[in-house]
Amino acid sequence: MSIIPDKPPFKLLDILYKKEFILFVVLVSILIINSNISPYFLDLYNLIDSTFLFSEKAIIALTMTFVIIARQIDLSVASIIAVSSVVLGYTTSLGYDTWLVLLLTLLSGALCGAFNGAIITKFAIPSIIVTIGTMSLFRGLAYSFLEDSYYNKFPKLVGKLGGGYLYGYIPYAFLTFILLAFVFAFILHKTSVGKKIYSIGNNPDAAQYTGIAVDKYTFVLFTLNGLFSAIAAIFLSGRLSSVRPNIAFGWELEIITMVVLGGVYIYGGSGSILGVVISIFILGMLSFGLGLLNVPGVGIIIFTGLLLILSIGFPSFVRTLRRKNE
Amino acid sequence: MKKILLNRDFILFSIILIILIAVGFANPLFVTPKSISDVLTDTSILIILALSQMIVILIRAIDLSVASNLALSGMLISLLSTVHPELPVYYFIALSCVIGTILGVLNGISIAILKVPFIVTTLGTLSIYRGLIYFVSDGKQVYSNEFSEDFLALIHVKFLSLSFLFWLAVLVFIVIYILLNHTRFGRNLYSLGGNPDAAKYIGINENKYIIMAYSLSGFFAGLCGYLWVARYSVASTQIAIGFELTVISACVVGGISVMGGVGTVLGCVLGALLIGLIRNALPAVDISQFWQLAISGAIILLAIIINTKTEQRKEKTIMVEN
Repeated sequence: MSIIPDKPPFKLLDILYKKEFILFVVLVSILIINSNISPYFLDLYNLIDSTFLFSEKAIIALTMTFVIIARQIDLSVASIIAVSSVVLGYTTSLGYDTWLVLLLTLLSGALCGAFNGAIITKFAIPSIIVTIGTMSLFRGLAYSFLEDSYYNKFPKLVGKLGGGYLYGYIPYAFLTFILLAFVFAFILHKTSVGKKIYSIGNNPDAAQYTGIAVDKYTFVLFTLNGLFSAIAAIFLSGRLSSVRPNIAFGWELEIITMVVLGGVYIYGGSGSILGVVISIFILGMLSFGLGLLNVPGVGIIIFTGLLLILSIGFPSFVRTLRRKNE
Repeated sequence: MKKILLNRDFILFSIILIILIAVGFANPLFVTPKSISDVLTDTSILIILALSQMIVILIRAIDLSVASNLALSGMLISLLSTVHPELPVYYFIALSCVIGTILGVLNGISIAILKVPFIVTTLGTLSIYRGLIYFVSDGKQVYSNEFSEDFLALIHVKFLSLSFLFWLAVLVFIVIYILLNHTRFGRNLYSLGGNPDAAKYIGINENKYIIMAYSLSGFFAGLCGYLWVARYSVASTQIAIGFELTVISACVVGGISVMGGVGTVLGCVLGALLIGLIRNALPAVDISQFWQLAISGAIILLAIIINTKTEQRKEKTIMVEN
């Protein structure tokens, strides 16, 4: 009788087959190509400033990773940003204290997320359809409240958070993202909460039978996603220093691209924070590099779309071919 | 009798009538034949796209790329018409349909052969097709004076004082009704959506149907590409942006279940009509345009909740009978 070990023995070769490793190779080659093509790429200040382009999305991508691993999806995040930004602007215009403004902004995001979670769990409706609905509803609420006007006055702290640097070097948004990434990686990979989220994503029914409160987890994850959208809204409003109802339009797709490109399976159950973080840097450095080469934003959009499809399509195509040969 | 009253198509139809009457009381101008025919014309493209989206939703998938597909096909034929205005309009329509079909087949291949989940595929092509418009057009618009007269004339043809667009939507309705209810293709689509595993065991080739469903969706997106450009006589990078969500809401409101295999062609059309009616009625009762998005969002949510409730009740009855 052989003993089955708890963990497979560690082999160096196994690392080469890991998704994260492939992603890392892609990232490094993008960095090398970019720095060869453009002399401005490897400038420290430029690189630091380029993080402004993706930090807010990256913050939401962390909770979105949890949501997708739990076999759900949230298309309403960009609309929640719109709602929270409007709340931020409105409460500021009422002259509330900074801490109250921030509290209400965060609360509005969490409430929107909880609304999603409540409908999805109470009525057992697929999240893709519910969040298509709330995507219109939330964005619509922002439009009907603000109409064609805008807010451009925010507490000083918000402006500092959105556009400022810690010690003059590290942007607050980027710093927040990195710290949160460590926290989320810890929760997902080292705690029982993370294990439960994986098992919900692998088989919700089985998870329910083993005593995991699937609905409670789903509800909390959507609430968290809303809360993080509000955090992103604070950074974004501070950076743009102007809020219109069309703020962050189309971001939900970019955020989902970050997560899926990072190797998180769209039907749940697998993926890692490390993969998502690397994919965030891939997309960020790619658009920064292409931007330096004066490639218009559209080129980046097409490239991202292709990358998204091929990153999933190519491996599964190779797998099918191999199976046929056998 | 009770069966008819609880039929969801009948309920939808009654809701449409109630809204019409209510809006009519508030603003009698809205219920004149002229105004109603305008609403029908305005909703025709939505009806056509909702019907083709229904084919995809029936097999438990969604095509998020329709609006980008429509805009790309529309832009390509518009650019061609500025260079070759002498070509007959039928040529442009056919070409638009062909381009749309090719784009749809690409979606289908990615999903069926490369096994990229439909959400990922159509999210990806949503950006790719939209991005390609900028490339082919250089970000420029094609304005109404650059189209040939022939190109724009067809859309204004009227028959029995109803527009060409409306009659085309009726034609598409009949074709898809027959396709889904009276052909093997249609029955197989329903069974694939109802229970994919069982469908495979009885010998339905899933991949073939996925590619066919997406190419049909692409074909009609291409057709609507011409219709959209001709109706608004402008082609730009921004046309129909976000329209895929309106199309999906029309299906959902019409009772097409996103869980696959459930929904009627008539319901789908009624869903599209309800959404079109609301969009047109809001200005008539002095509700600001800015409320439109929020109201459609609320309607979608309500419709899904009601749909799921009735479906769950049906499931319960079946279990009791067994």
